[in-house]
Amino acid sequence: MTTGKISPAGAGRRHHLGSTEIVYLALVGILLVAGVLVAVRGGTLFAQQNVSYMLTQTSLLGFVAIGQTLVVLCRSLDLSVGYVVALCSLIGATTMAGDPSRVWLGVVAALAVAAGVGLVNGLIIAALRVNPFIATLGMGLIVKGFLDTRFKGPEGEVPLAFQTFGYTRIGPVPVSTIVMLLVAAAVFVLLTRTRPGYHMFAVGGNLDVARLSGVRTGRIIVLAHVLCSLCAGVAGLLIAARFGTGNALVYSYGLDLDSIAAVVLGGTLLFGGRGSVVGTVGGVAILAVLDTAFNVLDVNPFFKDVLRGVIIIAAVALYARRQLDPASRRARFTTGGGDAA
Amino acid sequence: MHLLLDIYQKIPRLVDMRADDDAHAPSPDPVLRLRGVGKEFFGTSVLREIDLTLYPGQVHALVGENGAGKSTLMKVIAGVHRPETGTVELDGAPVTFPTPLDAQRAGVATVFQEFNLLPDRSVAENVYLGREPLRRGTVDRRRLHADTTRLLDDLGLTGITPWTRVGSLSVAQQQVVEIVKAVSYDARIISMDEPTAALADQEVALLYELVRRLRDRGVAILYVSHRLQEIYDLADTITVLKDGNHMLTAPAAEVSPDRLVRTMVGRDFAGFFPDRPADVVPGEVRLALQGSGNTMVDGIDLEVRAGEIVALAGLQGSGRTEIAHGVFGIAPFTRGRMTVDGQPVQVRTPRQGVRHRLALVTEDRKSEGLALGQSVLANARLVLDAVLPRASDRRSRAVPGVLTSLDVAASTVATARDAEVQYLSGGNQQKVVLAKWLVTEPRVIVLDEPTRGIDVGAKRAVYDLMRTLTADGAAVLLISSELPEVVAMADRILVVRDGRIAGELPGGSSDEAVMALATGVA
Repeated sequence: MTTGKISPAGAGRRHHLGSTEIVYLALVGILLVAGVLVAVRGGTLFAQQNVSYMLTQTSLLGFVAIGQTLVVLCRSLDLSVGYVVALCSLIGATTMAGDPSRVWLGVVAALAVAAGVGLVNGLIIAALRVNPFIATLGMGLIVKGFLDTRFKGPEGEVPLAFQTFGYTRIGPVPVSTIVMLLVAAAVFVLLTRTRPGYHMFAVGGNLDVARLSGVRTGRIIVLAHVLCSLCAGVAGLLIAARFGTGNALVYSYGLDLDSIAAVVLGGTLLFGGRGSVVGTVGGVAILAVLDTAFNVLDVNPFFKDVLRGVIIIAAVALYARRQLDPASRRARFTTGGGDAA
Repeated sequence: MHLLLDIYQKIPRLVDMRADDDAHAPSPDPVLRLRGVGKEFFGTSVLREIDLTLYPGQVHALVGENGAGKSTLMKVIAGVHRPETGTVELDGAPVTFPTPLDAQRAGVATVFQEFNLLPDRSVAENVYLGREPLRRGTVDRRRLHADTTRLLDDLGLTGITPWTRVGSLSVAQQQVVEIVKAVSYDARIISMDEPTAALADQEVALLYELVRRLRDRGVAILYVSHRLQEIYDLADTITVLKDGNHMLTAPAAEVSPDRLVRTMVGRDFAGFFPDRPADVVPGEVRLALQGSGNTMVDGIDLEVRAGEIVALAGLQGSGRTEIAHGVFGIAPFTRGRMTVDGQPVQVRTPRQGVRHRLALVTEDRKSEGLALGQSVLANARLVLDAVLPRASDRRSRAVPGVLTSLDVAASTVATARDAEVQYLSGGNQQKVVLAKWLVTEPRVIVLDEPTRGIDVGAKRAVYDLMRTLTADGAAVLLISSELPEVVAMADRILVVRDGRIAGELPGGSSDEAVMALATGVA
């Protein structure tokens, strides 16, 4: 009888599914289940309008969640994104004011304001050492207060030229989704091929290790927050393009918590240091598929939230089990007795 | 007499690294020199007038009890602390390191006990963190891996690949990665704080090999350790600190082990381990396992009798700790039979373990043994409050007495209500862990590496306690990587290998016999 020799190299040799692979398997699983359920009701989930709706859903949340991924990787958090989206939709729409020649001005103004909010968030967290939860919650309240006093409803007007960003499709694929995927690709390159990206993993993994290795940790945190807010700004512009105006009430969409849910569904560790933007896009897609399926199946909206909650918790519980139970991965004997190897 | 000394003379040098001694005659120019260094914390001076000179190509051992000031001195060299008095000279020129990073860039690297690695990143990403090679603005992954491979090859390290995730490496390999990272900064001085504290013997060989290679490359190594054998295996020069004072610096060959220990402890070393009580007949069986197993261990048969100390020896990762975890319900056994005082029991959680009057002193006291931010008293009451709340007020009155009997300073006992355990020395922290379990009056107490990282005085207190416990009829299951401790303290030694009991030896067996069983070379 051979004893299973445990060597560190051997422990990792067997291939285990990475988080990202699980996310996409789950996505395929959910697509299949939803497709069958819809088919049983006599519809088809993959009809052009459903697919378009699904993809449209992914782009809005996608922008916000891609940005959120960066801050969560740094062991931070941004609860102000929902308000930044609303603010930027208004700034974009009011600056454009229906004049096609002012489109670029509106885009630049909205993104500049977004970057400013992110900069302040980052500085409060990195320099004043305020807990990110509190810092961005506070920033969110400040922006909300400003929105509630300054804007009394939809304002501004987006020229038709820019509304194409909201409506144009190539086949069933909205342009906004393509732009979102391009942003995701850019962030992927940032995280896997550049120093600031590497350092975001380090800052989130262990701040002291990063600092002692010469990483300028403050700058990295600020950078992550600026990029996160910029992504929220793009989402705000997308809203403006779709509605034709800016609207303060967008902050009630729950994009802040949804984006965190998508990030976590995508396998990024809420404690930072591990994760990927590819996973986040998968997480966003899962939420969009659920949303579409619930709509097509005409599920009661309140029950819809219950289901979403259950699925998010179940997914994270699944990851937690995988992370908390390393012993089961290097088991030497099976539970029934005898050798595992 | 001189029991420990005897043991050290008996042990054949497991890894003899000093074959060609004459090849490294001390070079005349010191690379680092401390003169009259002193350091105070809140008005208490912890280092006084320390002189220390490091030469390239030499291993300089820094020894002393816990609290002697070794760690503080290392941190002064590393740029973590700034000394109040004295000077630090690098290549003859006075320097100050405002931050650890400045020290690192000047070629002074430190490998601390807590790992400074990112477990979720690869070896290469860890080694070159903050200095990733770039090509046209992006990280040049090919060069990153090539550079790391070259470093690893240079140091003769096989079995570690640049893209391995650090978290999947063994503790020893992670230690190696830390040292590789230090080397990658072209460090000319590497200080290591108890590098073998968490390693098993076969892993220590890997570290020895690396230290020797670095020495041969002309690196000056400052080596802090509690293990005398290592010091004699590796060091060219020994410096002893005691209570913040510089006691001795001399070539290793000129300091005998008993003189070394005398200088460290300030007392004679004879009878370091308490004598075995004469003709004690073990009582009834307290703990018995028959064919116990789970995913990590299998077919475990063992008996521990009242008044008996049974040791589980074996290499790191052999399954010793897993047996303890099975007994105590942390990772319960899924097979076999377990009895406590003859009664069949099923322990599925630690809580049930406590209810059966079992106790487990875990190997990692900081993360598993103590609530670091809480007071000594709160820690000592932890188990009582959680599991036996009705008895806790009454029984916790015994805490000050237990602490005193464990030789904790009266001032600490007096402030037990307020003093947070994180500010105690390692030895005193361990005593608080022991007190926490003693007040539950356990019938079986499992001690997992009870003397790891604590000073000689505290070790003796732990050994005395083991004898007291057995005299009172408790059964002790001792897990230890320190062979002298196992051989001198245990009545019987069970050797664990690959998750099974490989054999049993009587107490007082030779270290070679234990090692042979543990490694399976016999």
